[in-house]
Amino acid sequence: MNDRVDSSAFPAGPAGAGEPAGAGASAGASAVTSGAAAAVPAPDTVRRAVRQALGTGVAVGVSGFAFGATAAAAGLSVAQSCVLSLLVFTGASQFALVGALAAGSGPVTAAAGAFFLGVRNCFYGLRLSALLRPPRRLRPFAAQWVIDETAAVSFAQPDRRAARAGFAVTGLTLYLLWNLTTLLGALGASGLGDPAVWGLDAAGPAVFLALVAPMLKTAVERATAVLAVLLALIGLPLIGLPLLPAGVPVLLAALAAPAVLWVHGRLDGREVTR
Amino acid sequence: MSGLDPAAVWPAVVLTAVGCYLVKLLGLSVPAGVLERPLVRKLAALLPVALLAALTAIQTVDDGTGAPVLDARAAGLAAAAVAVLLRAPFLLVVVAAVAVTAGVRALGG
Repeated sequence: MNDRVDSSAFPAGPAGAGEPAGAGASAGASAVTSGAAAAVPAPDTVRRAVRQALGTGVAVGVSGFAFGATAAAAGLSVAQSCVLSLLVFTGASQFALVGALAAGSGPVTAAAGAFFLGVRNCFYGLRLSALLRPPRRLRPFAAQWVIDETAAVSFAQPDRRAARAGFAVTGLTLYLLWNLTTLLGALGASGLGDPAVWGLDAAGPAVFLALVAPMLKTAVERATAVLAVLLALIGLPLIGLPLLPAGVPVLLAALAAPAVLWVHGRLDGREVTR
Repeated sequence: MSGLDPAAVWPAVVLTAVGCYLVKLLGLSVPAGVLERPLVRKLAALLPVALLAALTAIQTVDDGTGAPVLDARAAGLAAAAVAVLLRAPFLLVVVAAVAVTAGVRALGG
């Protein structure tokens, strides 16, 4: 993919400068320009990007084992598990969907929770399109790779060429490995018998914990997490009620985000003496 | 009450695949600035925090009866939390939870 890169359009200095970094921008190298030769990015920024991309892609890609095993343990067929990884390809949404289905959710409620988790990729996309400037005909393909990890690696690069290399290599490595390990995990788990004996029902919550932990940076995020847990637990007894679909507690907990933002906005407004 | 409804799986898979792909494509295609209002961006960053925290709690304590239970999964999640605090890689966090949960169950917990 790198041979299509048009480096002449790239201005000196860190790519995407002047924009606040996205949620995943903390991964690895900060904006390092290559000194006087900043206008022509040195190839080692690309090499560094590829190394980072491979590391991220391999480390996260093998987690498809956990997904495949969780999905099969929840009762999905191997084909259903694999189609999720091929077509949805955003881990948190996939795990959320499987968890909701396992709890008895209908398709719309289950998909709604997964969809809300996927909305963040839209905002990665906004930033990535400014940073990578993908050609129009590549956009439909690049879109499938717009996820936490590709965004984090791309945002961490000092220039457009490195960001494009980082995006492409992270996307490709992760896509191949995630799908391969999903298949292996699903095949493995469907041969295990009762998944609870193997503790596989704990994989889902552990995944969510591992995903949410790095997001809890400030008091706003922590307050949101605490409120969401409370709302979910309050909503838990609703699962048994006949008219309410399972999965409602999680959607109820999503209200924690606007609630905390609203309170935070009020407090902020008062400090600025508006 | 709970349990997977096999008829729900394919429709849910299709809905999720279409929805998740479209938001990704929307982000790449919409001109910057249209969705870049600070409030929208903050909400989009905070929504996953709320959902993931809720999912962590629900899937640890839900046994389908509507009343929260503390069982071997809670021990597994505690192990995962320790792994997260030790900055263990993603897969190791999951393996710790699974192994401890299985271990506690094997011991009759």
